[in-house]
Amino acid sequence: MPFIPHTPTDIEQMLTGIGVPEMETLFEEIPQALRSPTLDLPPALSEMAVSRLMRERADGDANGLCFIGAGAYEHHIPAAVWEIASRGEFLTAYTPYQAEASQGTLRLLYEFQTMMAALTAMDAGNASLYDGASGLGEAVLMAARASGNPEGKILIPASVHPHYRSVVRTMTRDQDLEVVEIPFDPVTGRVQSKALNRFQGQKVAALVIPQPNFFGILEEVDTLTDWAKAEGAIVVALVNPLSLGLLKPPGEWGTHGGADIACGDGQPLGIPLSSGGPYFGFLCCKQPLLRQMPGRIVGRTEDPQGRTGYILTLQAREQHIRRAKATSNICTNQGLMTVAASIHLSLLGPEGVANTAATCHAKTRTLMEKLTAIPGVTRLFNGPFFHETALKLPKPAAPVLTQLARLGIQGGYPLGEGYPNLDKGLLVCATETKTDADLDFYADTLAWVLNVKEG
Amino acid sequence: MTDTLFDASRPGRRNGHHIPEPLAAPPDIPEHLRRAVPPLLPQVSELQVVRHFTRLSQLNFSVDTQFYPLGSCTMKYNPRSCQVLASLPGFLNRHPLASTESGQGVMRCLHELQEMLGEIAGMRAVSLVPMAGAQGEFAGVAMIRAYHRARGDDARRVMLVPDASHGTNPATAAMCGLTVQEIPTDSQGDVNLDALARAVGPQTAGLMLTNPSTLGVFERRIGRMAEIVHAAGGLLYYDGANLNAVAGRVRPGDMGFDAVHFNVHKTFATPHGGGGPGAGPVAVSERLAPYLPLPVVKKTSDDKGRDWFSWMSEADLPESIGRLSTFAGNIGVLLRAHIYLRLIGSEGLERVSGFATLNANYLMTRLIEAGFTVAFPDRRATHEFIVSLKPEAEAFGVSALDFAKRLLEFGFHAPTIYFPALVPECLLIEPTETETKETLDQFVEAMIAIRREAETNPQRLHTAPHAVPVPGAGVGRLDATRAARKPDLIWKESFNR
Repeated sequence: MPFIPHTPTDIEQMLTGIGVPEMETLFEEIPQALRSPTLDLPPALSEMAVSRLMRERADGDANGLCFIGAGAYEHHIPAAVWEIASRGEFLTAYTPYQAEASQGTLRLLYEFQTMMAALTAMDAGNASLYDGASGLGEAVLMAARASGNPEGKILIPASVHPHYRSVVRTMTRDQDLEVVEIPFDPVTGRVQSKALNRFQGQKVAALVIPQPNFFGILEEVDTLTDWAKAEGAIVVALVNPLSLGLLKPPGEWGTHGGADIACGDGQPLGIPLSSGGPYFGFLCCKQPLLRQMPGRIVGRTEDPQGRTGYILTLQAREQHIRRAKATSNICTNQGLMTVAASIHLSLLGPEGVANTAATCHAKTRTLMEKLTAIPGVTRLFNGPFFHETALKLPKPAAPVLTQLARLGIQGGYPLGEGYPNLDKGLLVCATETKTDADLDFYADTLAWVLNVKEG
Repeated sequence: MTDTLFDASRPGRRNGHHIPEPLAAPPDIPEHLRRAVPPLLPQVSELQVVRHFTRLSQLNFSVDTQFYPLGSCTMKYNPRSCQVLASLPGFLNRHPLASTESGQGVMRCLHELQEMLGEIAGMRAVSLVPMAGAQGEFAGVAMIRAYHRARGDDARRVMLVPDASHGTNPATAAMCGLTVQEIPTDSQGDVNLDALARAVGPQTAGLMLTNPSTLGVFERRIGRMAEIVHAAGGLLYYDGANLNAVAGRVRPGDMGFDAVHFNVHKTFATPHGGGGPGAGPVAVSERLAPYLPLPVVKKTSDDKGRDWFSWMSEADLPESIGRLSTFAGNIGVLLRAHIYLRLIGSEGLERVSGFATLNANYLMTRLIEAGFTVAFPDRRATHEFIVSLKPEAEAFGVSALDFAKRLLEFGFHAPTIYFPALVPECLLIEPTETETKETLDQFVEAMIAIRREAETNPQRLHTAPHAVPVPGAGVGRLDATRAARKPDLIWKESFNR
């Protein structure tokens, strides 16, 4: 029997011990009328047969040369990351509620919190949320609570990832929060300051500032932060953690002590693309907001002999203690992903993070130069960018991408999917994984595809 | 070993083979948007990293190394084949927004999983998106609200939960803008039907229920409960945390539920990962199907008549509650669940609940014989049961926490303690189907030994665990009050002791 160790003798002895004639008797409290017939599931297969099936399916899922970003980024993951993170003692451990039996996971999470707080220049971080989009949802709910202004508006730029905005809508709909989208400037790709200024003096509870934004463009974060602070609003920074090797961290934005909350998706820190998950969300904050934070938090403490140990703390915020008054319903998070991220960041160190971010930026700049050398291909926005940039093709992007995929290139994200007006827009990304030959191959292939169709 | 990796850090130590060369030219980014001071990350060698994290792993209890009778958590064996096959390069390396052609393999697996979960739940439609049980609950309650709203019945703002429910139930209802009303439990562990009948009305959005309940017994009158709630216009939500007890034998849909979430990291053996990632797919009845969270895999045919799998969008499900994750949830975890189900099939699933129940009833019987008090001695245990240490607390002044901490020193992870709060000094014990009879017998012996100690040397329990040579310990009982009073949540140079 797969995964069940009982011998016929065991079964007999156990039934005798319980005092029942057969296993079915143990289910006698379930009304007969509710018992289901044998389920119609695919037949059980041996491990060998399942292996063959899965290998066939996985082999068919070729990615090709990937220039897509849009919220998930292909980076080199050092071999040691998953070699260690996959150890059974990390993989098959439970949530570290029993601190003395979980010192490995707990100390690791303390180090993880330290690294995320260091990257974002915040005072504290939690032990992870599900992913970037739901993490932003939690950050927005946290900001609404912390603002002391539950009726206030929550401003989210339209230059935030369309899926993130959809998740925020899902998570705020039933709480009667007013979430307002701020348009972007069609020339720079940045938040339109004119649109923002319309909310001056209008009881703004929070402003979300993406850096970089969905178009890869760098926002004027200092100005935006100062604007929000002057309005008494909470500043929620939405950042790519890898970019913080190069970009000013949220804790230093503006002239009034930085953003209040920093969140984002941790996928660029050693997590495989995996068709979208599991990734992890991170959330860091400044000290005054600590007790509004959702999710698990690890703290350092001592045993009676004065030996250092680590323990889940500030649990009075959480659902298993506070029930309906908790800061969130989150229980299970993305623990194992933080193991990988901690190992990844430890292997890279400060210089590795900075140089990887700078290399991604440089590769994307080169790609942009090569692609805009193709007749009819231009930049869509003129603002400075990090490692992703929006281009305008001479024709709708979606069919072009289909053709590129057939030629072995995943060419980017068609902006028309999230922004119907931008159907000729193409969002491309080149990380450190791309060689100059890869960039040339993409440019040559795109030129050919555009040319063939025109002819 | 109490040092962090930061203590081992030395300026200038670097792993050159992981670090790209510095750029020849400065980045094309305005100075005021750039970072001035590098982040505080460890500067250590690859060997130091490997050694540090390997040692940390050895400080953990885990299913791979210990018996984990943790009630409500289903800490069963996580098959290695699921781990290895879900990690094949074709699955790991695919970008979520890559072409649909390039994702036919993974989407075929996900579609099969949707079908299998629909069958196991006895429900009409499935969305795999929720990334944990609590998010599945959120999806379910948000769908229930969307259903009432679409019918112009949005005054239904009260969610009913039994007083023994998981904390996520009331927390979820609150996140969905509902108020929570608790329904009491009777002396036999069933929901009090009279109280339920009095509680329902035009304000009732629905009822959230775990069955078998968190008290380790099957809610026998679920049929009647469903009638009461439905007659009042409410819907029923099934918290799938305890599905391991009845999978393949009873279906939430047949019990009258309208929505259910699965915890694949419980029932379908995906690893807990020290707190996640899990996945909490939801299955719903006909009337909630239009509101499923996006995206959902759909199966059609291509122009050559072959199966074609693609993601449903807003256009396919215009009334959806929307997205819950950036892409499509924890796909890698869902693949593990898919592989597990393909390995065991329907008979295997029935065996899972059968042997999980056998192990729990055997363990309960042995502990009763050993003189322990169980919460519901007249009931059959399901896949878990409750021991109350109230007699031991009164006689010897020891607590459930003391017992739990002392068990760690015997090499057993502690059961769930103080949940459900209804039962004083409780241990919620769930052995799972993958443990041998010998292990269960050893656990009973440990419990007997600890009670003997409680009688003769209660101090030994109060101070447990001691710095003992079991994996994981190495520290004595940690001071939780101190940790919360003055939170120390990140390493700072000044702590460098």
